[in-house]
Amino acid sequence: MSDRIEKRIELKAPVSRVWRALTDYREFGEWFRVKIDGPFVPGEVSRGQVTYPGYEYLKWEAVVQKMEPQRLFSFTWHPSAIDPKVDYSKEPPTLVEFRLEKTANGTLLVMTESGFDKIPSDRRLQAFRMNEGGWTEQMKNIENHVTSRS
Amino acid sequence: MSQAGRSSVASKRQSRAPVFAALGDETRLLLVAKLCSGQPSSISELTEGSRLTRQAITKHLRVLENVGIVRSMRTGRESRFQFNPEPIQGIKQYLDLVSEQWDQALSRLKSFVEE
Repeated sequence: MSDRIEKRIELKAPVSRVWRALTDYREFGEWFRVKIDGPFVPGEVSRGQVTYPGYEYLKWEAVVQKMEPQRLFSFTWHPSAIDPKVDYSKEPPTLVEFRLEKTANGTLLVMTESGFDKIPSDRRLQAFRMNEGGWTEQMKNIENHVTSRS
Repeated sequence: MSQAGRSSVASKRQSRAPVFAALGDETRLLLVAKLCSGQPSSISELTEGSRLTRQAITKHLRVLENVGIVRSMRTGRESRFQFNPEPIQGIKQYLDLVSEQWDQALSRLKSFVEE
């Protein structure tokens, strides 16, 4: 377990097709299930309305970060911002990145979402790579690691 | 995204960010490591072998206590501190849910571009 989520998925479609599905706001809205007001522009806030049945009262809001054609699309947002009464803007946002790579059969898409915490990256993996059964052992690893550095 | 999945974690949302923040410190991670491996410990025991003062260790313990990672109890004149795994397990469950939501969204993307 890590505080960083990473997904790798092979898509049987050319990079240009996947790029469009990610960065054309209407196409993005189709599969993400959100109706977005206008085109994605780096540095600008993207707003819209969730279209997922039963949750249409939810707003979509993200800040587009990078659009490097056919290669990288990223935005920051507040994941699970589902309570209309809560002001999520004060919480640190997470960064969502989509990276595209051409493969023999189409496109490799690597999606990462990071920033769930502010733990320095070299330790956070160890801090969170644990499960209910492995507490003591995992924490020992952290202890050894931290101790050896101090 | 699976909005249904999202709503089930919403109620816990308020307590999550502070837990992440509390763990974002080397001294506190080390304290958690010491505490989770066994017996409730006193401040003196936790200060042993550290370059930090009792006061500094106490301050860090209070941060952990405020988010529920550590519980303190008084025995006589002394406080002892004990590890409580629940807040960190809560984070794990939350991340598992966000992860699951991405699986669903990306599978919709796959169908969308492969049509």
